[in-house]
Amino acid sequence: MSANKESVGKTLLVAFLVCVVCGVVVATAAVSLRPVQSKNQLLDKRMNILQAAGLYQPGVDVNKVFKSIERRFVDIDTGEYVEMPESYDQRKAAKDPQRSERLSGKEDIAGIKSQADVAEVFLARGDDGELSRIILPVHGYGLWSTLYGFLALEPDANTVSGLGFYEHGETPGLGGEVDNPKWKALWEGKKLYGEQGEVEIQVVKGSVDSKTPNAEHKVDGLAGATLTSNGVSNLLRFWVGENGFGPYLKRMQKGEAVVQQEGDA
Amino acid sequence: MAEKTKDILLGPIFDNNPIALQILGICSALAVTSNLSTTVTMCIALTTVTAFSNFFVSSIRNYIPSSIRIIVQMTIIASLVIVVDQFLKAYAYGISKQLSVFVGLIITNCIVMGRAEAFAMKNPPIPSFLDGVGNGLGYSVILLGLGFIRELLGAGSLFGQQILTKAADGGWFVTNGMMLLPPSAFFLIGLFIWAIRTWKPEQVEEDTFKMKPHTRVSDAF
Repeated sequence: MSANKESVGKTLLVAFLVCVVCGVVVATAAVSLRPVQSKNQLLDKRMNILQAAGLYQPGVDVNKVFKSIERRFVDIDTGEYVEMPESYDQRKAAKDPQRSERLSGKEDIAGIKSQADVAEVFLARGDDGELSRIILPVHGYGLWSTLYGFLALEPDANTVSGLGFYEHGETPGLGGEVDNPKWKALWEGKKLYGEQGEVEIQVVKGSVDSKTPNAEHKVDGLAGATLTSNGVSNLLRFWVGENGFGPYLKRMQKGEAVVQQEGDA
Repeated sequence: MAEKTKDILLGPIFDNNPIALQILGICSALAVTSNLSTTVTMCIALTTVTAFSNFFVSSIRNYIPSSIRIIVQMTIIASLVIVVDQFLKAYAYGISKQLSVFVGLIITNCIVMGRAEAFAMKNPPIPSFLDGVGNGLGYSVILLGLGFIRELLGAGSLFGQQILTKAADGGWFVTNGMMLLPPSAFFLIGLFIWAIRTWKPEQVEEDTFKMKPHTRVSDAF
């Protein structure tokens, strides 16, 4: 046997058999584990949405809490709701020229290059069916990586109730501090738009206290992470601006959200 | 025989440690040790892959033509790594997200390849399997040490549980941010190697050349 194992025929045979066996093993593992994996991915995303909305506590049944959240699709240009299949994947759509729009350098302050025509939004409702949170997926470039996260707004579509990133590759301890609960807590209650409806929210250098002019629009930047802070600032300004969810949020301010004045009074 | 089995299994832990003596697998040792939960997962994943790749390579070693032996080993290793990766994605999703590409990179980890080529090609399946487990353990010992020190000093926690109260949260412990960055693992591995070689001086390599003393000015004239 081992005497002629070096022949061309034997070599090809061994190569072929090894490939077939390995291929079958890999395919079996991938196919049989896929249902569990996609369940995990969904769970992970839902958990991030709940965390941004402030509905998540450790130990809760994510899927159960998520039942109170409604997934809708919004046409980015008009801000109107549109119907899309349940399987719609916004990240994939953003890469497809048919279903997305390329952004020019000047528009593209978030550094995302192209923008899907249709974006998903999540609406959280209280027990009485009243809208309690508007949750918008946002992403944009920081220092090293694209940050993906969710921005949660009060029903007035102007007041921030939370911001969280679930995927980024910023420097641990510096830009990575975007995950720091203390920093995230600074966002609560900040207002996105000024009196005239212009985008005012921004991350600034140095600390922000109640005496700072326009403090309600400003968030203290991360020390030692100027570029990540700028990235977060730009991506928020992009997503709540004219090219992002701006038209949609304007609609929400006029339409669905009747309780708008409450916070400003 | 019993003595030999013990040698195969336990030898790689300190006497022939893959990281400290063979200096293999450094890359992942830097990358995944900033906290203990990813470290433990990586150790289990690598030990599993090394053990089974050794076992399978050894089982068919008599049929592998030497002209394609490396690629056959690679195929087996790569398949095992994909299977492990799929399992992690299914049953430890959070950790697999943190480990990201490093599970896939076990394929290029020199320990796996090195043991397949150096041991499994020459020995029967069962000792090869044990050799794989042994080398996995050797790798794990260093990684767990690194993970312990890095997470404790860098974040004041172990397995994500806060042990030392950070100064930022009103405690006394000032975290050492460098410990969370990859270079700190280099320094720590260096210290480990120093410690092991002080304990077992036979591991110290012979100098490859002798250095001559400086010439004095008077010698030149």
